[in-house]
Amino acid sequence: MISVALTFAFGCYAISLLFNLWRIARGPDVADRILALDTMVINVIALLILFGILKGTPIYYEVSMLLAMVGFVSTVAYCRFILRGDIIE
Amino acid sequence: MTDENSVLLIIVLLPFIGALLPGVMIRGGRTVCATFTSLPTALALLLLLLLAPAVMRGETVHASLEWLPQLGLSASFFLDGLGLLFAGMILGMGLLITLYARFYLSGDDPMGVFYTYLLLFQGAMLGIVLSDNILLLLIFWELTSLSSFLLIGFWSHLPEGRQGARMALVVTGAGGLAMIAGMLILGDIAGSYQISEILMAGDAIRASEWYLPALILILLGAFTKSAQFPFHFWLPHAMAAPTPVSAYLHSATMVKAGVFLMARMWPVLAGTDAWFYIVATTGLVTMVLGALIALFKDDLKALLAFSTVSHLGLLTMLLGLGTPFAAVVAVFHIINHLTFKAALFMIAGIVDHEAHTRDIKRLGGLRRLMPVTFVIGTITALSMAGIPLFNGFLSKEMMLDAAQQTEWAGSQFAVPVLATIGALLSVAYSLRFIGHVFLGPVRSDYPSTPHDPAFGMWAAPALLATLVVLIGILPVVIVGPLVAVAGAAVIGGEPLPHYSLKIWHGVNPALVMSVIAVGGGLVLLALHSRLDRIWNALPRPEAKAIFDALVDGMAALSRDLIERSHNGAISRYLAILFAATVALGLVAFAGGSMGLPSRALLPVAPPVVVGWVLLIAAALFVVVMHRHRFLALVVIGVIGLMISVGFAYLSAPDLALTQISVETVTIMLLLLALHFLPKTSPKESSTLLRLRDAGIAIAAGLSVASLAYAFMLRDVSTISGYHLANSYEGGGGTNVVNVILVDFRGYDTYGEIIVLGIAGLVIFALMEALLKGPAAQRLRTTDLSDNRSRDRHPLMMVVATRVMMPIAVMVGIYIFLRGHNQPGGGFVAGLVISIALLMQYMASGFAWAQLRQRVEYHAMIGWGVVIAGLTGAGAWLAGKPFLTSAFGYVHLPPIEEFELATAMIFDLGVFLAVLGAVMLMLYSLSRIARSAREPVNAEPMDYDPTARGKATRKDT
Repeated sequence: MISVALTFAFGCYAISLLFNLWRIARGPDVADRILALDTMVINVIALLILFGILKGTPIYYEVSMLLAMVGFVSTVAYCRFILRGDIIE
Repeated sequence: MTDENSVLLIIVLLPFIGALLPGVMIRGGRTVCATFTSLPTALALLLLLLLAPAVMRGETVHASLEWLPQLGLSASFFLDGLGLLFAGMILGMGLLITLYARFYLSGDDPMGVFYTYLLLFQGAMLGIVLSDNILLLLIFWELTSLSSFLLIGFWSHLPEGRQGARMALVVTGAGGLAMIAGMLILGDIAGSYQISEILMAGDAIRASEWYLPALILILLGAFTKSAQFPFHFWLPHAMAAPTPVSAYLHSATMVKAGVFLMARMWPVLAGTDAWFYIVATTGLVTMVLGALIALFKDDLKALLAFSTVSHLGLLTMLLGLGTPFAAVVAVFHIINHLTFKAALFMIAGIVDHEAHTRDIKRLGGLRRLMPVTFVIGTITALSMAGIPLFNGFLSKEMMLDAAQQTEWAGSQFAVPVLATIGALLSVAYSLRFIGHVFLGPVRSDYPSTPHDPAFGMWAAPALLATLVVLIGILPVVIVGPLVAVAGAAVIGGEPLPHYSLKIWHGVNPALVMSVIAVGGGLVLLALHSRLDRIWNALPRPEAKAIFDALVDGMAALSRDLIERSHNGAISRYLAILFAATVALGLVAFAGGSMGLPSRALLPVAPPVVVGWVLLIAAALFVVVMHRHRFLALVVIGVIGLMISVGFAYLSAPDLALTQISVETVTIMLLLLALHFLPKTSPKESSTLLRLRDAGIAIAAGLSVASLAYAFMLRDVSTISGYHLANSYEGGGGTNVVNVILVDFRGYDTYGEIIVLGIAGLVIFALMEALLKGPAAQRLRTTDLSDNRSRDRHPLMMVVATRVMMPIAVMVGIYIFLRGHNQPGGGFVAGLVISIALLMQYMASGFAWAQLRQRVEYHAMIGWGVVIAGLTGAGAWLAGKPFLTSAFGYVHLPPIEEFELATAMIFDLGVFLAVLGAVMLMLYSLSRIARSAREPVNAEPMDYDPTARGKATRKDT
């Protein structure tokens, strides 16, 4: 049962990654692209956790945790750049 | 190692250790400084004398320390007769020169610096004459070139000093390079780099087909150092040095290094036709030419310089003759030349010091004004001329005797005639030195009225003059044993030839030649003024002009090469780099062979295909859109993300952790820089050039991809197996990646954190310079404030980052602590903590965060490197090589048993260096904004609800 669920979940997140890519390519705005990148990070975190469940090891969980912890920092930096120009004022 | 042997090592080390003294002791005054300079020299001389009796008995003292046995390089020394002679000369003259320089240098000259250079040179020279390993000898050889460069250029305010030093360095340095090649060939033929073993392999070496190349290359080194024609020109220009340097380096020691080397290698290299025709001919030509030029030089030191060139030629010729008799004569003449020439240089220095000129045309009649100087000068100059009762006569007679027995290319007369001409010219310039400087009427137009100097200044030359007379009258008593033992060392195993050191040998051909020389010399001196006019009218090639033209030509060539390849356009650098790499790769590929694929392709899961599509699409997007810099940066984020997750998927969690953190930090760095840069890249090259670059890029990319593909389809033996097997046993950790970083390849990591620290400091320094330069002016006038959000430090962000801070720090510490056994380590931990700190900078602004920063980032880098270095050095205390790690298990209730490894302290150093470097880089880049006069805030956030709460309470 778990393998069916995993396959389904992998499929969903993979397709959403492709949608993110589409958004990044088309834009139209920079803000859309940054948002798409941020969503992409979240989808990758999900994929890593799924992979960890598949392999039965906690290592991927830690990688995804670190990604969650620092992944948003670049999004914030991009946003500060378009809002204020200088990211450390 | 016995006591004798360690004494030899101490002798070599003493001058180097002593070189630390003068710079400090100069604070106690000049006499104290000179005393402390002479101490190590005197001590070394004393130790040498303790070893001397053994050597005089015919024994050889050896001392050896392993250094790099893999390269055949060991710090091994030996003392035989030749070494004893030279070491005694170097140390004895060193003492006299120290005394003389104390009085010669004026109060304005930095005496401490001078003595430091002098001792460094002395140590290097001792190293040459005592080395038992040719690689070690080469190191000392180069050290003499470097230290003599410093000494010749000691008066660096004089252009002649700087040019002379540079010329000496170029000529002797180039010769040294040739000699390195020659010595390596020699060591290869002999199968050892130990001199004592090479000396045993003489027959094999002379029979080898590599003998001639090795001989020529080694002789290039010896000839340049000993100023043999056509490399003689640097020596007169080196006379711009202070006179003590000229007396020490350019008469007694350094220029004899080439002669020493020929004498040292004499048993191996001499005895062939090639040796005879190259060495003897060069020596003969140099002897005659040097003496001829010396006769027409008006500068006292130039006269002595060319006379030295001539005498070095004489020594080279004697060694070149290849007979044991001539070799022993060379040894005897080395002693004699040292005594009279060093004294003459000092006399020239005294005359210059007192009369303020060394132009012979402006001197004369000093006999009455400087009687002491006159006596010393006359004795030594007569010895140089080869007049009986002085030591120069004895060795000149023996030289003429050796010359008249020599047949050159079938001619019985060539060598004796030229040798007599050389001796004749030598008589002429020596007598001119006496006649035109000291004799004649007293003049009234000296630049300064001369008188005899203080005793300290003439003591050294007086001692040498005494030796000149003593050796001249009682040669057998004074230097007989030394000549015998040094001569025996030069000629190797052969029995000493018959020779007699005495004044009267009866009427023989040598005496006839000598009489002709003295008579002819007197005639030349009488005709000097007429000959001088003819000489000056003759066109002569000017060595300095030729040398300068050569150097300029080389410089222009390199400049041309650099301007073509390094023109400042990165596209050109990359094009050259990648085109060359691809070309080399293709050549290697064409030359090698590749087996059939031994592995099958693995199945690919659909999510992985998606990741692959994302990576490729993002890469293509960056290529197409790279002129929109910010957009490109956003898309680079996708690439970084995919690479990180790729590492995780391909079982490299360590790399994944590192990559995620590095990506974040890199994006922030780029964004900080981009703020002050144009937001689009202009097109700078033509379509054709861009097409070429695209071609190169595609070729390089395809090559790497196909190479990787080919590798992954084949089984390749790697070092991974070793690491996996030894990680726990050898390094005490189960995380192989971390054990590789802190243990197996700890030295690399140590180097890398230093480089990272340097990079951080360089960025800081560049920004410092930038903000003080004209760019800062432009920054101050740029208006960056238009069209910006007024939400500067949003409340949401500030609160979120504050909450994240302790969590991130805890994660960082956790990753650090478990790094040795699980994915993680100091590098990732440093990055995680720096990201946690950067969040605070971003949220609440630079000024607010900086106020709360207690430790300087510079210091953090420094401490990191120091801690890592000390941990590595700690292994020495246990007698292990640098960076050997130790580990043990500790049980502290109530915690579980845990492991402590020195590798963890090393990792702490890595952590600190990474944290410091990253923070310093971001700090430096964000400083630009401060100098663009943007307002800074002292509050943590734009809208602080707690402050309002307080304010409201206060109001009510």
